[in-house]
Amino acid sequence: MSTTDAMNDEMQSIVREFLVEAREMLDRLDQDFVALEVQPDDRAVLDHVFRVLHTLKGTCGFLGFGRLEAVAHAGEHLLDRLRERALVYTPDIASALLAAVDVLRALLTQIEATGQDGNVEIAALKTWITSLAAGDGQPRAPTGTAAAAVVPPVAAPVAAPVVVKPSAPPEAAAAIAPRPVSNAAEPADLRDGPESPRSGRAADESIRVDVGHLERLINLVGELVLARNQILQHPAVQADGALQQICQRLSNLTTELQEGVMKTRMQPIGTVFNKLPRVVRDLALACGKQVRIDIEGRETELDRTLVDAIKDPLTHVIRNCVDHGIEAPEDRRAAGKADEGVLSLRAFHEAGQVIVEVADDGAGIAVDRVRQKAVRQGLIAPTHAERMSDREVCELIFLPGFSTRDAVTNLSGRGVGMDVVRTNIERIGGSVDLDSRAGHGMTLRMKLPLTLAIIPVLIVGAAGQRFAIPQVNLVELVSVGADRIETLHGARLLRLRETLLPLVDLQEVLGLSAPGTGKSPGDDADAPPRSVVIVSADGRTFGLLVDDIDDTQEIVVKPLNKLLKSLGCFAGATILGDGDVALILDVPGLAHRAHVQRPDASEAGRPGASAGGPPGVTPASLLVVTAGARSRLAVPLDCVSRLEETDRAAIERSAGREAMRYRDRVLPLLDVGGRFGAGSGPRATDGQVDVVVVSTGGRSAGLLVDGIVDIVEEVLDLQSDGAVPGTLGTAIVQGRVTDVLDVPWLLTHWTAVP
Amino acid sequence: MARPLSLCTFRLADQVVALPALRIQEVVRVPRITPVPLAPPAVLGLINLRGQVVAAVDLRRRLDLPPVELSPDREPRGDAETGAGICVVVETVDGLASLLVDDIGDVVEIDEARILPLPATLRGAPRALANGVLPLDATLVLVLDVDRAGVVPSSEAA
Repeated sequence: MSTTDAMNDEMQSIVREFLVEAREMLDRLDQDFVALEVQPDDRAVLDHVFRVLHTLKGTCGFLGFGRLEAVAHAGEHLLDRLRERALVYTPDIASALLAAVDVLRALLTQIEATGQDGNVEIAALKTWITSLAAGDGQPRAPTGTAAAAVVPPVAAPVAAPVVVKPSAPPEAAAAIAPRPVSNAAEPADLRDGPESPRSGRAADESIRVDVGHLERLINLVGELVLARNQILQHPAVQADGALQQICQRLSNLTTELQEGVMKTRMQPIGTVFNKLPRVVRDLALACGKQVRIDIEGRETELDRTLVDAIKDPLTHVIRNCVDHGIEAPEDRRAAGKADEGVLSLRAFHEAGQVIVEVADDGAGIAVDRVRQKAVRQGLIAPTHAERMSDREVCELIFLPGFSTRDAVTNLSGRGVGMDVVRTNIERIGGSVDLDSRAGHGMTLRMKLPLTLAIIPVLIVGAAGQRFAIPQVNLVELVSVGADRIETLHGARLLRLRETLLPLVDLQEVLGLSAPGTGKSPGDDADAPPRSVVIVSADGRTFGLLVDDIDDTQEIVVKPLNKLLKSLGCFAGATILGDGDVALILDVPGLAHRAHVQRPDASEAGRPGASAGGPPGVTPASLLVVTAGARSRLAVPLDCVSRLEETDRAAIERSAGREAMRYRDRVLPLLDVGGRFGAGSGPRATDGQVDVVVVSTGGRSAGLLVDGIVDIVEEVLDLQSDGAVPGTLGTAIVQGRVTDVLDVPWLLTHWTAVP
Repeated sequence: MARPLSLCTFRLADQVVALPALRIQEVVRVPRITPVPLAPPAVLGLINLRGQVVAAVDLRRRLDLPPVELSPDREPRGDAETGAGICVVVETVDGLASLLVDDIGDVVEIDEARILPLPATLRGAPRALANGVLPLDATLVLVLDVDRAGVVPSSEAA
């Protein structure tokens, strides 16, 4: 290799490094410029942005990127004037500086592609900034806007054209006399004060590690865990006490190592959140609205891959809130609200998941308009539309192709709607819920798994092979005799609680033949009873017929190669405890392969209709249990997280209360059978007992019941007169008098009182 | 100018094939294979290679030789009767692949110029997967292209 080659190589690596760093700097600038708009005299931020721009300018000059340097210089000059207090920070200035950041980004993209900062148009921007710096009152916002003109189409969705209203009169700027403030550069440490969380300290204490390197470490640790499991089960270890001790230590270290390595993949969600204030600002300005964004829980950590995956859906939701949700200032005033709309964004951990909540205080979803629009777009039949409850109508906005916008604006409503948001979130194993209150705004809740690398699954068997079904797709498990499966013109069905559940034979859809026998599947007149795993994905619910149901497990997801992924039925593979490989089923893919239709749009309101309820009344899903010999209790299903069966001997008493160990935690137990049960004799002290694990509001408990009857959907007519504390009242469920438990009350009151 | 190249040779039925040694990550005995439903027949399934999940490719079938036979309980363990007993793990453009061969041969150091173009009469699969022929004293060795041999096109899917 010649010397010039070596120099070129070195230069290229310097440029690559520069690009990465410069992009980070620009991201910070975006946040800071928006923050400055809220607090224009935050000296620390001003100094910080000045320094960042100055550094950027210096490096560009050194690398010979003249255009980049010129833009950075113009911005720096403007900031210098602000520092001198010769100017005040106006929205115009903010727009100009943010436009400069966009142009700088476009230049970086160009450098990355061509190695040069070639032909990006910067003259208009420079003139604009120079005129602002000169303090002359004619901010010449370039008509096409520099930013929009140069940002390559790929980046277009984020770079909304900045519409600038020439607002702040120049006199106002000039009228503010420069206060005698020492211009000496403040010590860098000032900005690292405790009240200034945006400090760059985290960056100083971290190093860059290649992601591939981390993945290898994770794989190795996964291997170590398997080896550990094998050694712990080895007979020689079981027999030798000293060896057992060493192995125990090895085991603990392995667990800690695994947790530690998994943590390296975690990233604070702030990396996504921090980009949003800019999006909100630009959009609000363009729509002529005033919007404040409140962010909570930036430090909430989740897997790196997930952070990437939620970026687009989240941005989309935010844009929707600003564009559709929050009203114009005059409408808000008319509705008795403050001019400024509030968009709040929260992230937190709950029950092993990450919850991201987006709430606005806007008009909420115009249920009637959604209804009309859905009818007009042919998504639902008019007769159904009238019968649908408001909540069901809100769900309609997740249907593909739905948009309430009459005219497509350049901001949102481009037909890529909420269905894409839901699909994207579901693809990564999450779910989306929407809650809207007319006139008060709406809240969108995204539940995300902590990591994509490890997911809970149910292991099932079909044709002698084991498959994993992701827990997020599971709805319910049913064991049925072959005689209960009915056929309608070749389509297999199961009658389940007044509905017809389409069935898909896993063995058949995967083209497997039963082990040993040469007979084709489907011909099962005297077949043994099989299990139905009810799954849902993409709004389709169906039953998967499997031979047996094994167990739930947390598994490490291993990617498949392109060929196997293209089969469309498998989401990945995993290695089971015994070292065997098992395939993870891709439920949406299976549904597609088996030709399971999405429910007809006209059927969207079916669940409500099928329960025979009057229009507008949503049936409640209830778990019916027995308590004592004669009493029946119902637990609202949305509070139920699992059904367990445990040995009575495993129930322990602590501080006068009953509890059991459950998934490495202590689960308080409430003996509802004993409390609400009528006619129950003395409690047995051994044998098995059913435990309904309920959780709500971050608390969990296990309800000890005498038996589990069924899950029903019924429209409740609650008689709450004289209701016993802990119940919502009494209702007729399946023709029998049933007490409906008030789970939140029980969890807050009863867990506290023995 | 001589361009040295090391090749690993393998036996497949009555044929000998070779792969560039530098592209081979490791050679292991065939572990348990988990079949992948709907996959092309040349993909026998997935194996657990020390924590990595790797597709097992039936090189015999790829080359139109009698395919590997799996034992009836679908726990194929390579032995003399069922054909392939050895996995050659190679890095391809589509990740790792494990090529099943009957037996491992030698590593030969040769000058690349000794590899001759494929004879015009060679047709079908061997032609599609090979780069050339290496004439050794005792036999003719088909020199395979790692990516073409290791990546099964999806058009072959069932």
